[in-house]
Amino acid sequence: MAENVFSWLDERLGLKAIYDTILDRKVPKVNWWFTLGSASLFLGIMQGITGMLLSVYYVPTPDHAYDSITFIMTGVQFGWLIRGIHHWGASLLILTAFIHMLRVFFYGAYKYPREFTWITGVGLLISALGMGFTGYLLPWNQRSYWATTVGSEIAGTVPWVGDFILRTLRGGTNLSALTLSRFFSLHIWIFPAIILATVGTHLYLVIRLGISHIPDKDS
Amino acid sequence: MPSKYRSPVMDRRSFVKIVTASLGSMMAAIVGLPVIQYFISPALGKTGSDDWISLGSLDNFPFDLPTLFNFNITQVNGWERSSMSYGAFVLRKEGQDPIVFSDVCTHLSCRVNWDEENKEFHCPCHNAFFDANGEVVSGPPPRPLDQYEIRLDGDQLFIHLTEG
Ligand code: HEM
Ligand code: FES
Repeated sequence: MAENVFSWLDERLGLKAIYDTILDRKVPKVNWWFTLGSASLFLGIMQGITGMLLSVYYVPTPDHAYDSITFIMTGVQFGWLIRGIHHWGASLLILTAFIHMLRVFFYGAYKYPREFTWITGVGLLISALGMGFTGYLLPWNQRSYWATTVGSEIAGTVPWVGDFILRTLRGGTNLSALTLSRFFSLHIWIFPAIILATVGTHLYLVIRLGISHIPDKDS
Repeated sequence: MPSKYRSPVMDRRSFVKIVTASLGSMMAAIVGLPVIQYFISPALGKTGSDDWISLGSLDNFPFDLPTLFNFNITQVNGWERSSMSYGAFVLRKEGQDPIVFSDVCTHLSCRVNWDEENKEFHCPCHNAFFDANGEVVSGPPPRPLDQYEIRLDGDQLFIHLTEG
């Protein structure tokens, strides 16, 4: 039965071919450092799932943001778990992506023809940091308030355009309801959309070009 | 691979597949089951009320005229205190205990109005009519208007609000 359903779908969707291309592709002899891209991907997916779940209860307004987080932690069953995964996963993702980048760098895996894979990777790292910066404000507690004050103040030190950047980040001169809601929008819509497109390109290139082997004496 | 390392039971590929599938399902279950709880727990919580509401002195309510009494109950829903409004129609008749109807239509919970001209309750949502005693005259409601349990304390009227 299941066999029949599968072959019916496979004939129309080409599932086997997708499986072969993505999971059965040829790889050189590699080591554990090569798992960090997949680890980042897994953590990214977890951030997506737990983030969607947090948005079930979280509200991005100054009068309720903090209370809604408190409710998630104490009023909803397993709220602490969902938030905990999202909270710690965020830091872990940056860590795995960064070490992944170091691996690519030290193995010289960014060279021809993989320069564009590297460029999309840089885009991913920057977007991941953007997710961290915008997400940090959302609990609207003392720490997030002052972290964003300081963070946007740092952006304000850019010569010439600093003040403009600072105001654009904050949605005005000061941190306010406008800051919170634009950070929320960046965190759940804009950065995720950018990351989705960039991860897609990144992985397409990894599959298209294959993984580079560990440099040997000849290279 | 030299044959002394080879398992007679399965090859390396099937082993990896089985381990991946079982670890994957375990992780999915560890996260997935709490997610169900996370979603439904507010539905299981008790937000209901069980209160006696004072409607004040009976003298406020004329005879033979269903009179609307509005009241608000504050409830904590999640991170917010919200005021829920209720309506009760009090009908007094000479020599009888007052009857207090809920203004919630028994069809799909719109609020009914008293139409003095036709001496009927009217629900605008699907055009239902109830007579002064709450019986369905026409329209889709399956049963008469609900009545509150009442208590009289001298001339003071109370109704019993139970929910949830
Ligand atoms: C959001 C974070 C990221 C995800 C989900 C991700 C995902 C992946 C995956 C699954 C691979 C396959 C090979 C492996 O795992 O080692 C890969 C390869 C690669 N990544 Fe990333 N990556 C991320 C960030 C980065 C960053 C920050 C850079 C560099 C700036 C980068 C540059 C590359 C390059 C050049 C390859 C090809 C390596 C090769 O062919 O040997 N990636 N990435
Ligand atoms: S809700 Fe009153 S008639 Fe349908």
